Amino acid sequence: MSEETTSSEDDITAIETPVYLTYNFTAGEATTRFLHQVRKGKVMGQRCPGCGNVYAPARGSCAACGLPTSEEVELGNKATVQSFTIVWIPIPNNPIQPPYIVANLVPDGANISFIHLMSECDNDSVHIGQRVEAVWKPEEEWDYAMDNIRYFRPLDEPDVPIEMIGKVPLSGWEGKA
Amino acid sequence: MQYAAVTGIGQTQYKARRGDVSIAGLVHEAAQNALDDAGLGWDAIEAVIIGKAPDMFEGVIMPEVYLADALGCSGKPMLRVHTAGSVGGSTALVAASHVQSGTFRRVLTVTFEKQSESNAMWALSNPQPFSPHLNAGAGGYFAPIMREYMRRSGAPWDTGIKVAVKDRLHGSRNPLNHLQMPEITMQEVEESPMLWDPIRFLESCPSSDGACAMVIADEGLAKEGPKAPVWIRGGAMRSEPTMYAGRDEVNPQAGRDCAADVYAQAGIDDPRKQLDCAEVYVPFSWYEPMWLENLGFAEEGEGWKLTMDGATSLDEGGDIPWNCSGGVLCSNPIGASGMIRFAEAARQVRGDAGAHQVVGARTALGHAYGGGAQFYAMWVVSVDK
Repeated sequence: MSEETTSSEDDITAIETPVYLTYNFTAGEATTRFLHQVRKGKVMGQRCPGCGNVYAPARGSCAACGLPTSEEVELGNKATVQSFTIVWIPIPNNPIQPPYIVANLVPDGANISFIHLMSECDNDSVHIGQRVEAVWKPEEEWDYAMDNIRYFRPLDEPDVPIEMIGKVPLSGWEGKA
Repeated sequence: MQYAAVTGIGQTQYKARRGDVSIAGLVHEAAQNALDDAGLGWDAIEAVIIGKAPDMFEGVIMPEVYLADALGCSGKPMLRVHTAGSVGGSTALVAASHVQSGTFRRVLTVTFEKQSESNAMWALSNPQPFSPHLNAGAGGYFAPIMREYMRRSGAPWDTGIKVAVKDRLHGSRNPLNHLQMPEITMQEVEESPMLWDPIRFLESCPSSDGACAMVIADEGLAKEGPKAPVWIRGGAMRSEPTMYAGRDEVNPQAGRDCAADVYAQAGIDDPRKQLDCAEVYVPFSWYEPMWLENLGFAEEGEGWKLTMDGATSLDEGGDIPWNCSGGVLCSNPIGASGMIRFAEAARQVRGDAGAHQVVGARTALGHAYGGGAQFYAMWVVSVDK
């Protein structure tokens, strides 16, 4: 290779060639029922016939017992903070501005957490065991999506003791042991 | 079951970007280094076992197919292993099991990641309709679990900072590392930006390019090599679902079961006393105290005491140094990270770990985990068969 060629042409080390993927989500029986209910503004769970634990959003089976879940259970609008993180970086393809709180929340009547956004709160005062409630989007915006709940906001209720997190019944928590 | 031993170890230089090589060049480099270390040519290999993290990272689907040529696989069997972040460990175990079963006498195993050509954060943040789109990468997933560990254990708030400093000081003894931070201080880590509270920037692993390879051979062939064989005394894998009611995400059952299995095979009942060092998958600082408990080096709730007392520090003369190589916190080519732990455990036992050698090390643990802390792979290696 001549000296002239090496000095006039840079090495080609990378060319961006993006790949785009479009997914068709096949919900299956359990998630189909869940998504139909969430479109009507209700969060539904399913109870395991073995251990009795309630899953939400239900995926159709209890992974601990290996049994199908079929009994539908309506859950409350209230939930408990199992844990959380304050995120200081943006999420790819999500316009949300940091810092924001992503919490692992257990809805009343369920025995497993899902993640959702917390807002209308002082980030520094969010804590494990805190009580929160769902704030839904306006009804006309409801779709087959968990995003129908805009976020959860703190409730003025006593904290749930650690050993009770994940076991609060649908009747709720009023500070009674 | 046949005895199996590591007879060759090859690593690449780990960097933010290895612009000088393609993915094929990267894996070839690690493999060639392993063959050189074992004193072998390509013809000596009967089969190649390869692993990497999800294909979505680099966007190259089934990369093993195009890498066959670079790894000398023409006319030989090639197998791909995939267990998310733990894949480096499970690939080594799959390779070892092919020798232990007598299927092959000598195999090459290779793992890699080229994070500079990938976008792991994007690949781990796919929207699903039954969940709000809030998946902020691996750190966002693990941060609440670390927070729960902090609550239950009552560990001092700066335990994670201590791990971040300790592993970087270890790592500065290892010239292969991506991060070289010999002057790092507790204050520097504390003042680094918060990413996913409670995880700061300097409490997180970097994104690296790199590959790691090993040659694994049966007893007869292992004794022919130029270096002392490193005997695989036990190997175990376990998995569990990401989510189920009552799952202990801080101290997962699959990790405890996997450790119990590998220790039983190796005749270990007190890992802190009977192991000389450990290479454990710690991508975020707080996972050191958490895994100290999960792997039985400390009672539940007390892992942080070993960290804070310096028990896991080479520089402080600890009795059970963890991640003398610098660990995942210094280099993280994801698919290879687990195999680097396994290979570094083998280097310690062989006594050729250079400036990060634990003097007199005879038996060591290599560990990897992946997914939502639901896949585990571990091995115990020793100079003694």
